[in-house]
Amino acid sequence: MWSFSNISSSIHHWLNESFSPTWAMIIEMVIAGVCIIGLFATLGLVLVLMERRVAAWMQIRLGPNRVGPKGLLQSAADTLKLLVKEGLTPNGADKFLFNFAPFIAMMVAMLLMAPIAFAKDFQLWDLNIGVLYISAVSSIMVISILMAGWASNNKYSLMGAMRSGAQIVSYELSAGFSILTIVVFTGSLNFNEIILSQTNGWWIFKGHLPAIISFVIFIIAVTAETNRAPFDLAEAESELTAGFHTEYSGMKFALFFLAEYINVFIVCAIGATLFLGGWMPFQIGNWQAFNHAMDYIPSSIWFFGKTFFLIFLIMWFRWTFPRLRIDQLLNLEWKYLLPISMLNLLLATALAILGWHF
Amino acid sequence: MTEEIGTTADGDLIINVGPQHPATHGVLHLVITLNGETIKKVEPHLGYIHRSIEKMCESLTYRQFSYVTSRMDYLSSHINNHACALIVEKGLQVEVPARAKYVRVILDELTRIASHELWWGAMAMDLGAFTPFFHAFRERESINDIMEETCGARLTMNYIVPGGLMQDIHPNFQKRVKDFISLYKSKIDEYDELVTGNIIFQNRMKGVGFISAEDAISFGMSGPAARGSGVNCDIRKLYPYGIYNQVQFDQVLETAGDSFARYMVRIREMKQSVSIIEQLIDNIPEGEFLAKTKVVLKLPKGEFYTRVETARGELGVYIVSEGATTPYRIKFRSPGFSNLSALDTMARGSKLGDLVAMMGTLDLVIPDIDR
Amino acid sequence: MDKEELKIKISKLLPTAVYEDGGDWLNIIVDSNKWLSYAAILKNDGSLLFDYLFCLTCIDWKTHLTMVYHLSSTKYRYNIVVKSNLDINTPKIETVSQIWQTANFHEREVYEMFGVNFLNHKDLRLLILPDGWEGKNPLRKDFEDLINMIKL
Repeated sequence: MWSFSNISSSIHHWLNESFSPTWAMIIEMVIAGVCIIGLFATLGLVLVLMERRVAAWMQIRLGPNRVGPKGLLQSAADTLKLLVKEGLTPNGADKFLFNFAPFIAMMVAMLLMAPIAFAKDFQLWDLNIGVLYISAVSSIMVISILMAGWASNNKYSLMGAMRSGAQIVSYELSAGFSILTIVVFTGSLNFNEIILSQTNGWWIFKGHLPAIISFVIFIIAVTAETNRAPFDLAEAESELTAGFHTEYSGMKFALFFLAEYINVFIVCAIGATLFLGGWMPFQIGNWQAFNHAMDYIPSSIWFFGKTFFLIFLIMWFRWTFPRLRIDQLLNLEWKYLLPISMLNLLLATALAILGWHF
Repeated sequence: MTEEIGTTADGDLIINVGPQHPATHGVLHLVITLNGETIKKVEPHLGYIHRSIEKMCESLTYRQFSYVTSRMDYLSSHINNHACALIVEKGLQVEVPARAKYVRVILDELTRIASHELWWGAMAMDLGAFTPFFHAFRERESINDIMEETCGARLTMNYIVPGGLMQDIHPNFQKRVKDFISLYKSKIDEYDELVTGNIIFQNRMKGVGFISAEDAISFGMSGPAARGSGVNCDIRKLYPYGIYNQVQFDQVLETAGDSFARYMVRIREMKQSVSIIEQLIDNIPEGEFLAKTKVVLKLPKGEFYTRVETARGELGVYIVSEGATTPYRIKFRSPGFSNLSALDTMARGSKLGDLVAMMGTLDLVIPDIDR
Repeated sequence: MDKEELKIKISKLLPTAVYEDGGDWLNIIVDSNKWLSYAAILKNDGSLLFDYLFCLTCIDWKTHLTMVYHLSSTKYRYNIVVKSNLDINTPKIETVSQIWQTANFHEREVYEMFGVNFLNHKDLRLLILPDGWEGKNPLRKDFEDLINMIKL
């Protein structure tokens, strides 16, 4: 059957037969790099268009519908515009940090792509501590925002960066705890093993109440971590004009913008992997015929379908909820989500030790 | 204040909200002293859209000057025109035909609904919810269509002239208003579902921007902003003009005095406006729509004052006449100017994010403040 | 309560006030020196309670300026108009911004538009005119803006 894993392994074999192992390795890295950059660009375009269409649908209007068939090329045209725009650097800004910050945002987003399993046996780096790696690397994101806010030499930016710092550092705790719940169930930090453990049912179904609670907390926490509404205090248009990227324009702004969408994709991919079985097809106990039919759907479609479902969920929040205030945001985390997720982890551990999950 | 780094001697941050800022909805300039996220002082700087309408009116005739007032509070331009027509009619002692009186009140209430619609959408947008804005504009659009058909304009109508109306209502007017009302009644509950009941929204609004009834009176606040503090100040009830004394409606009062109370006043006021229109729309009397007046209007020597209830509060027009064709001195007591003066008292001690909730529920329209 | 009754009542409290005919409401003319004490009486007297200053403005009569205060009582629903004549060259009057807080902004407006000096006002700065405005007060009758004003 045609699949990503077959393609990748045949390329691997062909390279190893034609070149020495070192060169094969280097060529493979180049191919992977090109693929990732390509994926970035496509994801950026698709997600921006999707966001605008979802927003338009919620807001009883049409959305982009002029450029290309049904407006599909709108975000390509926007990218072109941003590319040729002048990237201003304010006079009072710390020039090095100001120009460097968007690249950090981008690099973090790229690094996070490494351990994600896009399809069956199709993974850039099968890391045995994948979950830990993701948690660790994603916290670097806050540095780029703080850097951008500080270097802009603008009070709105500074306040946005400070809000963002407080917010991301707090919500990482809850996100971490909810991820740990699944790690406790699985007993592994490896993404592949986590996915394989869901062969007979996704964790959200067989993890009982703790898995559902941690899934809800995970979605809330990652929405906050990616600075999306209703937790978009770092940008908070009506309060801080544009928050930490007030002073950015042109491609530098676009990099932040792109990094935000890529981060949304990544957190949703992780959510799909941990709770919804990654590329695992949906299967119900003994329904052989149904399970076989599900198996015929390629694993990559399962993965992207689940991920985009979660992305849609996050977009849905954004276009319906008002924004929280900074003290309410921190109250929510420290007074509600964190205690709940700690208790939840305890409960999950008890279930895992007693073996009460399926 | 040390200008260069923009902090006070105590190390508090000074930030300029406006004159170009997404939440000020116009060219309002607020200089805010912040301690962290907490507001210590709000200082409005006005005049960015000051056109000196009062001075301009001194050289405009009594037929002309109401056109300028459409540009004051552009969201209640009908009501501004109504105030101008009333004061001239009072000075000349013209009896306005009943038909004109009915249509004026219907249009006033439609304007009030349209204005509150815009406020509702814009306020929700300030709080970070973008969708309500479009839902509000969907209904506001049908009001604008009615206005366009009957008055010939969508925003600055100038349909009400001294003595009555500029022209008779469009033949479709009654039908379209009735269609709108029946549609609108089903939509207004949608607003509650979308915004009012939202837990985040309630947390953002309740207890925010409190102002006591005494302070509200002392600051000269009026309209829904003051009625949220329980101040009985609806000019339509207290000093009825037009045919407001012949219709049944309740003055909406809330006592909490916070942003949520002011929000609820406006939401409930929209429902009252609907009921006023329903009472009148089928009973518009036949007959003249414009009383006979002289070509050149001259108000007798003396002083005249009228007050009307715009969507934002009490609009007062004060004319000092020397018996000429133009007013000697004219003063517009705009509701926004007085309401804005209370912002500092409201905002002290709140968070920066609360400021948008307060500005939103004060419903500031900057040309109304600056005039 | 009609105008006459209100006039009798107020006459007892404000002995030196003069009354003027015309307008819808009782017009009281007070001496600018006495205004602050009279304002406090009007606001605080239990039978009047004029707590709502709904309009504060000034008129330039070329020979003198007249301050006009429209007062309303939210409890009894009385309305009165208080006027005070000021000298055109050095107009000054006591501020009432501590009695009615709304006067703070309105007096600042009158200050820049008519050049009336409000004594003891805490924050008498330009509110509407741009910072560093020099020249005449725009709403005075002798103000001429050669660049922007259109003669009709």
